[in-house]
Amino acid sequence: MAADTSREAPLALAGPVTLGTLDETGARLRRAKADVAVDLSAVTALDTAGAWLLASSGRAFGGGDAAQTLLLRTVQDALPAPAKAPRRKMRYRAGDGLASVGMAVGRLLAATGESLGFLGLVMARLSGLLLRPRRLRLTALVHHMQEVGLNAVPIVALMGFLIGVVLAFQGAAQLRQFGAEVFVVDLIAVSILRELGILLTAIIVAGRSASTFTAAIGSMKMREEIDAIRVLGLDPIALLVLPRFLALVIVLPILGFVASLSGLFGGGLMAWIELGITPSQFRTQMLADVSAAQALVGLVKAPVFAAIIALVGCHQGFQVKGDAESLGLRTSRAVVIAIFLVIVMDALFSVFFAVWGI
Amino acid sequence: MPTETVIAIQGLTNRFGKTIVHENLSLDVRRGEVLGVVGASGSGKSVLLRSIVGLMTPSAGQITLLGTDVLGASAADRAAAGARTGVMFQDGALFSALTVRENVEAPMRERLKVDPVTRRALADLRIAMVGLPATAGDLYPAALSGGMRKRAGLARALSLDPEILFLDEPTAGLDPISASAFDTLLISLRDALGLTVFLVTHDLDTLQATCDRIAVLADRRVLVTGTMAEMRDVADPWVHAYFHGPRAHAALAAAEG
Repeated sequence: MAADTSREAPLALAGPVTLGTLDETGARLRRAKADVAVDLSAVTALDTAGAWLLASSGRAFGGGDAAQTLLLRTVQDALPAPAKAPRRKMRYRAGDGLASVGMAVGRLLAATGESLGFLGLVMARLSGLLLRPRRLRLTALVHHMQEVGLNAVPIVALMGFLIGVVLAFQGAAQLRQFGAEVFVVDLIAVSILRELGILLTAIIVAGRSASTFTAAIGSMKMREEIDAIRVLGLDPIALLVLPRFLALVIVLPILGFVASLSGLFGGGLMAWIELGITPSQFRTQMLADVSAAQALVGLVKAPVFAAIIALVGCHQGFQVKGDAESLGLRTSRAVVIAIFLVIVMDALFSVFFAVWGI
Repeated sequence: MPTETVIAIQGLTNRFGKTIVHENLSLDVRRGEVLGVVGASGSGKSVLLRSIVGLMTPSAGQITLLGTDVLGASAADRAAAGARTGVMFQDGALFSALTVRENVEAPMRERLKVDPVTRRALADLRIAMVGLPATAGDLYPAALSGGMRKRAGLARALSLDPEILFLDEPTAGLDPISASAFDTLLISLRDALGLTVFLVTHDLDTLQATCDRIAVLADRRVLVTGTMAEMRDVADPWVHAYFHGPRAHAALAAAEG
């Protein structure tokens, strides 16, 4: 066309130059020669996206009204230097798998060490409390006992009742084949008193209370409340962990007992309905065959489970970092770890009692 | 230029149980102005802001936002009006799981059909416009200082090219240099983007530097509106104390000096 490019007619844009028309405007700019100026006098609307497109084309402008010119200039000033998109090279090298296994093991060891450290810290504070019992936060203790104990009674009792019903039902179906229906009493009593009552209670409480502890302590950590406690010269362990720990250690055996009782009730009810074993028969059979040691074996595990749940919940709470995602991560991790450790500990107890011959 | 009213509030009443926060409150915001809202702590500034942007439903009254009756409109209409506004919360309220760039991209990703390359470039542009360094785009909010978080929050509020910008205490907790830089930024963005700004603040310097008009919230209603100069002549004891206190004089002296 023309020989002299500076004489060339400017590219006249019309109508809105906005995000909605970005593609059309971009196409027009690309078709025009690189050094042709742009005439904005017919542009009715200009937004940041449109201004960005014009500014990043590196052309000269004219004809825009005051606001459009100001917007263009602001965008031009702010326009970041065209950055090359950083492309990270991900290459797999021999040994990467091994390295990640090693790192995972390292993290596991570090986490175990930290947990043991936390356990030690809590134990040290607890023994300090034994020397000076008046330092115990009684109000907090009672509050947590209500939260984790009293308020959990309905769900735990219902769970125990249903377990008893299921055991009686299934046991009856099997034992009837041998004509040994009356032994359903032993089945129910031993399995509930020894294992299920306390284990399932611990699992429910782990899901209920370990998560509560983590979320409560974690959100306090996020809002710097833990730091505030420290700055006041107070001890977050004594203030936050010990009441929760002691509350759970006190109430979990009681909850386990409640679950066992309602389990026996449910089982007895089902045995009565299904097999015609009357409550007095149930009682006689149970007292004859099942020693009190069975119930004690169950209950003795409860404080240990309680300690695991409380420690894991509180420890995960202290590990929460600044963002909301880590709070969720730690909360779910607390529940998973607490339930896992409770089951592992239950297995260890079983081995121990088997060797002992109880 | 005829001044169009972009936010009209009539007879707004907000009640929490027995506490009445607003009673028969009326306020108009005109296009292109920076309106500063001041009031004692607990006078309902934030409640007013939350009522306008639809985060809470008032007990009674009418709020018209960009021609949409916020309380009577369908959810879709309200969302459409919402897309034409931007809100910057007090501490930025950035999504902590996303980087700053992803935070700024998020409204565009949800609301607009823009290809990823353009979206990224527009996000980078907004990050630069609010005065953040280019490297800030890849950082997570937890790694930002308070001032940077506020700027990032502003960049996100601007990402849909809003007509109205709501700012909740934008300069609270900033050092004086960052605060006055923020004031300058606000004015330049207002001029360049043609924004209407609804500004809740306690910062007298910000009021002096940025606001065209000031609305004082007291006694459950808008007690008085007017320019900074007019505020000094108001007889109400609270307003008088506010605009004649030692801090007010310092702000005035700084503005005149």
